[in-house]
Amino acid sequence: MRFIDEYRDAAAVQQFARALTALVTRPWTIMEVCGGQTHAIIKFGVDELLPREVTLVHGPGCPVCVTPVEIIDQAIAIASLPHVIFCSFGDMLRVPGTQKDLFSVKAAGGDVRMVYSPLDAVNLARAHPERQVVFFAVGFETTAPANAMAVARARRLGLKNFSVLVSHVLVPPAMEAILSSPSNRVQGFLAAGHVCAVMGYHEYPPLAAKYRVPIVVTGFEPLDIMQGIFMCVKQLEEGRHEVENQYARSVRYEGNRPAQQLMQEVFEVVPRQWRGIGEIPRSGLGLRAEYQEFDAARRFGVTYLAAAESPECISGLVLQGVRKPSECPAFGTRCTPEHPLGATMVSSEGACAAYYRYRRPARPAAPSPSP
Amino acid sequence: MNAPQDFALQCPVPLRDYPQVLLAHGGGGRLSHQLIESLFLPAFKNPALDARHDGAVVEIGGLRLAFSTDSYVVRPLFFPGGDIGSLAVHGTVNDLAMCGARPLYLSVAAILEEGVPMETLRRVVASMQHAAARAGVQLVTGDTKVVDRGKGDGIYLNTAGIGILEHGRRIAPASVQPGDTILLNGDLGRHGMAIMAVREGLSFESAIESDSAPLAALVMALLEADIDVHCLRDLTRGGLASALIEIAEAVRRDMLIEEAAIPVREDVRAACEILGFDPLYVANEGRLAVFVPEAQAERALAIMRRAPGGEGSCRIGQVLDSRDGLLKLRSRIGALRIVDMLSGEQLPRIC
Ligand code: SF4
Repeated sequence: MRFIDEYRDAAAVQQFARALTALVTRPWTIMEVCGGQTHAIIKFGVDELLPREVTLVHGPGCPVCVTPVEIIDQAIAIASLPHVIFCSFGDMLRVPGTQKDLFSVKAAGGDVRMVYSPLDAVNLARAHPERQVVFFAVGFETTAPANAMAVARARRLGLKNFSVLVSHVLVPPAMEAILSSPSNRVQGFLAAGHVCAVMGYHEYPPLAAKYRVPIVVTGFEPLDIMQGIFMCVKQLEEGRHEVENQYARSVRYEGNRPAQQLMQEVFEVVPRQWRGIGEIPRSGLGLRAEYQEFDAARRFGVTYLAAAESPECISGLVLQGVRKPSECPAFGTRCTPEHPLGATMVSSEGACAAYYRYRRPARPAAPSPSP
Repeated sequence: MNAPQDFALQCPVPLRDYPQVLLAHGGGGRLSHQLIESLFLPAFKNPALDARHDGAVVEIGGLRLAFSTDSYVVRPLFFPGGDIGSLAVHGTVNDLAMCGARPLYLSVAAILEEGVPMETLRRVVASMQHAAARAGVQLVTGDTKVVDRGKGDGIYLNTAGIGILEHGRRIAPASVQPGDTILLNGDLGRHGMAIMAVREGLSFESAIESDSAPLAALVMALLEADIDVHCLRDLTRGGLASALIEIAEAVRRDMLIEEAAIPVREDVRAACEILGFDPLYVANEGRLAVFVPEAQAERALAIMRRAPGGEGSCRIGQVLDSRDGLLKLRSRIGALRIVDMLSGEQLPRIC
């Protein structure tokens, strides 16, 4: 981990902060897309070191937050079946569906297990041929290759008792949805480093050109984020809108080709509902026709479930960077991590939870530029 | 850095109306805390319990005694650096030591699952015997129950203990003073990550060994040197963060800790990074925080470093004047933030 300490060096971070202050001449709003970055920003207090002119808004990049409530309800329905072992990453267990969460299903006797890799779920299926093993395949481009590998392996092994509940989402279409919205206030993006490590960043130049926004591929350590913000603001100040790569130690233009191939073999691009935002065309991954037999929603017949959100929750606006969590009337009172109204209060990467956990007061906004 | 009104917690925060007990109710975070505050404390209200300490200090015939109990349901039973037997002895010995007491006698109750190999039980008992000898306590009474196969995790242990206070100090959260220095006796997070690694079959380059150890000798060394110890707290479930937040909330004092001063071993840090855990919240079984007046901090540190299990002692922060009851942390990059109690246990992140 010597690697990490370099990127948490206080002197270097503060040096960038000073350079940023010297550089900036007017207010700018930048969105970090990824929930991991949101978490790091709040945890290390990167935002506290920024000049007042620079406002960070938080993006839709938390897979737990954007998984639609219908799919959570489907997961809960499947996990409650007596012959099912339901496997999920830890984060998902606390997300509220319309009635309850997966932890409550577990407490009521459902066999819900936390796994670290989808391949663990495949192994469980081999070990328990008499049970149905279901894996909750959520996440962005980062988790999709491993999930694809699990499905491919299950097919090779001829497993009849393994299936996946798929709710994969893709980042670039979400960025486009935000940019094309009339209420958009995002002027520059920090693109998610981990996503680009898999996918590369060849999808971004058309976006940057069409909407005239700088996009900086950025890592997750405080120094990465500070440098990414600096690069983004520099472009904005200079009137440029290009795609730059701050995270060159992990990200190449073309990304990880074998991982992309695996994804393409098992998944295809589909329209996808985003919790709190709505449907975004071509923004998700679903199983290809050849792999339909591994679709848990079909196998257990739960595709009919429809559900409504808490009317109080504004997490859709939070996810699009239109509102801050602290602007939500329910924040910290009717909505807390123990009693979340929306998914953004649940996941450790959710913006509402990060604000709550680190009690982040609203920063005074920079004065608007005079017309 | 005062929290503005709309960020203040509702107090008491309503216990989330779960109709059933969840694992998180035992995780050492906010839900455990709420369960205790809203269910157990009101039911049994008395001055010893109200002190909110790891053990109770009671007076019997002019003697001040400390009394504590804890149950151990750890899975797996054996892990690098320890096992359920030594853990059960250290845990109660440490709770007594946190009251400033010299631990004397323990009881042990074992709940065994039908089918547990006798050899396993033998190893656990031998480990308890060894740990008791090392901590200078005697196991003087006990109980054994057997439950049907499938109704337990092999072996559950409960230990209770009695210790004696040989000094007039009141070592408790209420004695914490502004300006107190907070000392820590070594690196954080090893027990939790050792258990995690074995339980979940995660392999890291080196095996992470639990820090499980008795702390009474270290505490006795401080007291015998007449250090004016204000409060002691061992950092078990919930880790350093939860322990300090509990004290800060109990006495309504703010504390400031320095992230850069808190030692975490590289392998533990790497494991935490992979799983998305914060070492501040990871469980320890041989670590404690010591609150002493600043004027005695250097001397206390020197004593701790010479004591068994205190080689890595360091200062990590101090108690502030302000009275919001918040734990603040100066992050590695020099920004201030609040450290809050977790809702349940930490969960591995998704990406
Ligand atoms: S604070 Fe709660 S209710 Fe408000 S937007 Fe966030 S998750 Fe939704």
